[in-house]
Amino acid sequence: MSPAVQILIGVGAISAITTILAVIMVIADATIGNYGEVKIRINEEKDIAVEGGRPLLSSLMEEKIFIPSACGGRGSCGLCKVKVTSDVGEHLPTELPWLSEDERKDNVRLSCQLKVKKDISIQIPEELFNVREFECEVASIVDLTYDIKEVILRLKEPPQMKFKAGQFIQFEVPEYELTSEPVYRAYSIASQPSRSGEIELEIRLVPNGICTTYVFEHLKVGDPVTINGPYGQFYLRDTDARVIFVAGGSGNAPIKSILYDMLEKGIRREAVYFFGARSLKDLFLADEMKELEGRLAGFSYVPCLSQPIPEDKWEGEAGRVTDVLDRMVGSGENTEAYLCGSPGMIEAVVEVLKKKGIPEEKIYYDKFA
Amino acid sequence: MSEGLAFYAIFFAAIFTNNILLTNYLGMCSFLAVSREVDTSVGLGWAVVFVMTTTSVLNWLAYHFILIPLDLTYLRFVVFIVIIAAFVQIVEMIIERVSDKLYIALGIFLPLITVNCAILGVSLFMVIRDYTFVNSIFFGLGSGIGWMVAIIAMAGIRQKMARSRVPRALAGAGIALIIAGIMALAFMGFSGMLKIT
Repeated sequence: MSPAVQILIGVGAISAITTILAVIMVIADATIGNYGEVKIRINEEKDIAVEGGRPLLSSLMEEKIFIPSACGGRGSCGLCKVKVTSDVGEHLPTELPWLSEDERKDNVRLSCQLKVKKDISIQIPEELFNVREFECEVASIVDLTYDIKEVILRLKEPPQMKFKAGQFIQFEVPEYELTSEPVYRAYSIASQPSRSGEIELEIRLVPNGICTTYVFEHLKVGDPVTINGPYGQFYLRDTDARVIFVAGGSGNAPIKSILYDMLEKGIRREAVYFFGARSLKDLFLADEMKELEGRLAGFSYVPCLSQPIPEDKWEGEAGRVTDVLDRMVGSGENTEAYLCGSPGMIEAVVEVLKKKGIPEEKIYYDKFA
Repeated sequence: MSEGLAFYAIFFAAIFTNNILLTNYLGMCSFLAVSREVDTSVGLGWAVVFVMTTTSVLNWLAYHFILIPLDLTYLRFVVFIVIIAAFVQIVEMIIERVSDKLYIALGIFLPLITVNCAILGVSLFMVIRDYTFVNSIFFGLGSGIGWMVAIIAMAGIRQKMARSRVPRALAGAGIALIIAGIMALAFMGFSGMLKIT
């Protein structure tokens, strides 16, 4: 046999085997794997029809109902919990590590693991109905510091977003060098709800971060961006207690949104905003916040530098934000606290505030995970 | 030559002296990832037993009735992998359709072992060692059971270890690899009994 014939036989045989297997798979998919159309009943009021046999999370996403999820459906973040009220069988071993005893009893499921094989009914928080996908365009990108950028997105479709000051959105990073599939990263909204046609974000460069690298190195004014939201329980509670805001770095974003919202809605409460930075080059929007003190009665802004360098000629509060809090807060009676920053900062601040007598359930925070 | 070996010799050798995991160190990734709890490793173990046995049968048939007659044995890697992947996929679909209970116990592990090198390893050893059809079945079955024995032992040790203080630098995969090494040493104790090569 000549080598050419041998190669032809080889190629032919492999093609034949794979084709046969592929045909078997296609047939299996159309028969065994075909569950037809199934109905998902949401909160006993809304029915949607989806193709059966696929995970609940992606079925819902196709219908534009977005359950918060950070890992994209691999079962590694444990965020996409949904309460199922009809019988869908036992929990899968891949769900169990993420669910508490009570959640298991309540039949809370990880929607990325649960496949919809027959009609089911689920309960999701009302506010998730407001979560939608928005096509936007980058309106401006401004450097706030050497590693934080302010990005303003103009909403195009739909043209407006209804949200509460302090909530966050998920930014879709398209395929590029660092990622072969779209990934989603959460960012707090820095603009107040009255500016409903645009979304302002403060994005800090994380070395090798998939999203931040994209924003810092690729994103230009005029580029299309897709986001979804709003999400989150981080918003000002409707009480008359004194408010303590604490933030570090781009944790400024939701606090800024809340402050301007208070200003516009005429909410006047005693409020102090402690902003922690390392040195003057990490401090941003300080003039704007100082100016806000004059317009928002009862509000004061306390920037704290933990390591001011001599050139900074810093005369404000020095020391870590926890030390400054310890010195300045006094009694924690009738006080609420709103924190946004790195997990390390938040844990330390929560400790200090608890010591001051602020009960844990009145300390609200957004951790960057 | 292996034709002289009886099927039961091959069966026991595959479990003890030639344990695919502990002497060949194949199938490590799922071994390390799923050996935290005994319950789940039993499930994965059964899935491996099932898939190893059935794919060694299918691959034996494909090898002897397709690849040898066409003189294409050099393509066995590709053919074996494709057959394993397609077969596991279809089995998963069937299990998911037929029984929720079985799916919870076995089905969810199947995608994990499609790409398990121990499965491919068994099929390759089977042709390298020139096993007969019956011997291949028992070699697949024995290797699967051997793999299951190893992962259950590992899970038992790791469950106990949860309460002991492991140096931080070694916690997780580090200590698991060291334990796997010690287990492999222990299994070398069997190697005097019989040997298949």
